[in-house]
Amino acid sequence: MEDRELTQEIKPPVHTKSPARWLKDNLFNTWYNVLLSCLVLVVLFFAFKTLLTWAFTEATWGVIPANLQLFGVGAYPREQIWRVWSVIYIFCLLVGLSAGIWGALTLRFALVLGGVWFIGALSPFELSTRGWFLGAVAITAGSLLLGRGRTNLRPWILGAWLLSFPLIMTVLRGFGENGVLTSNWGGLLLTLILAVVGIVVSFPLGVFLALCRQSDLPAIRWISTAYIEAVRGVPLITILFMGNILVPIFMPGLDINQVLRMMLGITFFSAAYMAENVRGGLQGIPRGQHEAAQAIGLNYVQTMLFIVLPQALRSVIPAIVGQFIALFKDTSLVAIIGLIDLLGVARSVIANPDWFGLQAEVYLFAAIIYFIFSYSMSYGSQEIETALGVGNT
Amino acid sequence: MKTHLTEPQGKIKDPIIVCEDVHKWFDDFHVLKGITTSFEKGEKAVICGPSGSGKSTFIRTLNRLEEHQRGKIIVDGVELSDDLRNINLIRQEVGMVFQQFNLFPHLSNLENITLGPIRVRKMTKSEAEEIALSLLERVDIADQAYKFPAEISGGQQQRVAIARALAMEPKIMLFDEPTSALDPEMITEVLDVMRELARSGMTMLVVTHEMGFAREVADRILFFDEGAIVEDAAPADFFDNPQHERTKLFISQTLQH
Repeated sequence: MEDRELTQEIKPPVHTKSPARWLKDNLFNTWYNVLLSCLVLVVLFFAFKTLLTWAFTEATWGVIPANLQLFGVGAYPREQIWRVWSVIYIFCLLVGLSAGIWGALTLRFALVLGGVWFIGALSPFELSTRGWFLGAVAITAGSLLLGRGRTNLRPWILGAWLLSFPLIMTVLRGFGENGVLTSNWGGLLLTLILAVVGIVVSFPLGVFLALCRQSDLPAIRWISTAYIEAVRGVPLITILFMGNILVPIFMPGLDINQVLRMMLGITFFSAAYMAENVRGGLQGIPRGQHEAAQAIGLNYVQTMLFIVLPQALRSVIPAIVGQFIALFKDTSLVAIIGLIDLLGVARSVIANPDWFGLQAEVYLFAAIIYFIFSYSMSYGSQEIETALGVGNT
Repeated sequence: MKTHLTEPQGKIKDPIIVCEDVHKWFDDFHVLKGITTSFEKGEKAVICGPSGSGKSTFIRTLNRLEEHQRGKIIVDGVELSDDLRNINLIRQEVGMVFQQFNLFPHLSNLENITLGPIRVRKMTKSEAEEIALSLLERVDIADQAYKFPAEISGGQQQRVAIARALAMEPKIMLFDEPTSALDPEMITEVLDVMRELARSGMTMLVVTHEMGFAREVADRILFFDEGAIVEDAAPADFFDNPQHERTKLFISQTLQH
């Protein structure tokens, strides 16, 4: 007993270093490290100096605010813009309710979202636009307060998220001549729609394909493998071209909307990669887990749903989110087909004689938007990994 | 008190497991070479033998974790065949404890136990939790209910695994080398739980190298070698008066240390 108390009192040794000491130990410890460090510092200095000088003195940033609506929604008609705001409001409502009910990561997301709307409301836009922004702040905050602690609503909110999908599409499109043709959808709106549809549909499809590839039935296994390998063997842009050109030629009677064709192309492409990521996770689950599940009488679907997939998917979150991010950025390929997504808008703004020669500003702006969304996904995945890390060794 | 209701290969009044000429191959390797035996309700049988003798494979055929390719296995009146309904029916009646515990690492100990009752027996969550907590009490680790498997010791994990199997209220419990992956000091705590279970009248088939446990608890010991039952006797006869040379060698080697 005494021995134990003795060992408990000894604390682990603490190593703290002053910043100066750290610099000396890591960057300036030998003559060649001193040389390399100085060289890198000089290069960094000039690179940043050039960039900052350009950004603050030469760049014509006026091109961004002047085309902000174009970047946001493309050619979406102004008199119908209420549709976009309605969709944003639906989204805010669901985010707010989820944040109130689940808290944690969803709460932080809702606060950031509300903050963005708030900044929008304070910015020097037209009065009506600022009103819309203010409404978004109110709905986000209101639904957050409304949802607080109502944990019994969880299944309903999950259902509402699923149902919001067709609802959002319908609101954006409207009906017939009075609505907004999808050919007028554009900008960040189109980019997000393509990405969200791609992610939400390709994920379950990928899981399904991965399970099929591991099936005991040879026919199912072969079909799934053939699909995955065929799709992975072709560049996405080829699939999009095929969707755009070959489908109308070979199926002339079938008049599928162009945006829908691109959605399908992106989804089917991503699903093949998703399947391989998921398969990697499935293979990491020891056979004993399947056996233990079977031994207590779970059937195949229950074994997958409650035992295998939760573990398999958790272990491949980084790969899956990596695929989501790739998909998000790959949606920019539809600009080559002729859709005006965020990158498409960037190209058309540059082509406008009024804004001649402003490639750097416009592309940098587009890059920053892409970065914000991609990094958010990456950050979210790290948070989810940490949250799910409990009991996982 | 020990009861010897069975004569080896003799008549059994109320068999719960019947095996007739069971064969099994792994590719070309003949693992089980015509196993014919039966087990009675409430019987405690220990199955031992050298590694590779087919003893684990044999008890794994009894809940069809392995398929037998010839012969007949009838468990609780239901014949094991490709019929999935039969398999799931039998798996609900047969609990299994594995050498590597095989707890579900993403679920708490309590959830490990309640999963089967909720999803298979269609109990409500509160009913299942009540049963799970009383089982954890029974295996003496009620305080670990809300921890995860990775947070408790091997012996405790194996006891959770036993509780998980018992939660399905099985008629038969299969143990596949339940103490082989444990440190010596944890073996006792698991064997104690198994002793208690034996006293409660459960039908138990235990593959193990724990000869002390076998002598004390078993009604009957089956010795496997090269895919066949070599010796099938009550513990007293098995240890003191083995009939076959192979058994004698095995006993002398296991009891040496």
